[in-house]
Amino acid sequence: MFSEISLHILDIVQNSISARASLIEITVNIDNTSDTLTVIIKDNGSGMTDDELSKAVDPFYTTRTTRKNGFGVPFFKAASEMTGGSFEISSEKGKGTAVKAVFVLSSIDRMPLGNMTDTLISLIDTNCRIDFIYNYSVDERSFTLDTRQLKKTLGNVPIDLPEVTVFLTRYLDDNTAEVSGGRKY
Amino acid sequence: MKSLEELAVIRDKMQALVNLRNEATDCTKIVVGMATCGIAAGARPVLKAFSDGIQEKGIKDVMVIQEGCIGLCQYEPIVEVTAPGKEKVTYVKMTAEKAAEVIEQHIIGGNVVTKYTINSAM
Ligand SMILES: Nc1ncnc2c1ncn2[C@@H]1O[C@H](COP(=O)(O)OP(=O)(O)OP(=O)(O)O)[C@@H](O)[C@H]1O
Ligand code: FES
Ligand SMILES: [Mg+2]
Repeated sequence: MFSEISLHILDIVQNSISARASLIEITVNIDNTSDTLTVIIKDNGSGMTDDELSKAVDPFYTTRTTRKNGFGVPFFKAASEMTGGSFEISSEKGKGTAVKAVFVLSSIDRMPLGNMTDTLISLIDTNCRIDFIYNYSVDERSFTLDTRQLKKTLGNVPIDLPEVTVFLTRYLDDNTAEVSGGRKY
Repeated sequence: MKSLEELAVIRDKMQALVNLRNEATDCTKIVVGMATCGIAAGARPVLKAFSDGIQEKGIKDVMVIQEGCIGLCQYEPIVEVTAPGKEKVTYVKMTAEKAAEVIEQHIIGGNVVTKYTINSAM
């Protein structure tokens, strides 16, 4: 369905945006020792009741009105489980939702992480009122981007200005490469 | 590790421009549908093509917005362009290449690229 994990992330975050989250935290952790790539997406949106939550992983459930099936969550679940990994989703009505997918790093069924910079820039540039935290780590190395910190530095200069986007793209690419130690995951 | 120091320099440089931008209220809106079906059909490169194209050409008064479901899965990636005082134009089955054409002819030139609109697709 998707060719990259970063497209799944873009899609799952779309649910957080629809749930009117104001803060969305995306974590990508790669651990070569345990041979896992873990993705966690946490939001402070409207959340779900236990009943809604159990339906969210069911491809025939959606609260969207234009089409009968919800695909995003079931696809992400299938993509991680296909590698021999695991999938969890937890939610509390009024508090928020957390999605966690563990991929087996060395599995031939694991799609590449893909372009996280494109995913993050798309999200940050078109949702100026939402804050994003991105944590990326490979074994002992890590870096974090927090748009609350960026916006504080920027003052009344909007985060989606071209000059800022160019800088953020380079910032994400350079730090990702450094944390990855030159490897592509 | 690349640091955020450079960001403060950018801020100081951009401050003047920002005041100009705040006055420009009449702006063209480009909405890209980013539901699961849209992303699967290739909406991310389309969104990027619009943002990058508009930045490269230095076009002001244009906002690129992402939206969830637009309700027409089979036509994704869908892009809606609304210029001030004009009716909304819906482009369907978009690609990065078509986006470049829309920027050139519609956003800059003011002429709708009819062959990519939903009306020609139906
Ligand atoms: N982060 C979240 N917060 C609140 N509700 C959520 C969240 N994620 C999923 N849901 C609920 O679960 C449903 C299913 O989500 P899913 O992404 O699978 O499908 P969808 O978003 O409805 O449609 P699609 O992703 O296929 O465009 C959503 O309609 C929504 O009601
Ligand atoms: S789900 Fe495809 S356009 Fe809405
Ligand atoms: Mg969804």
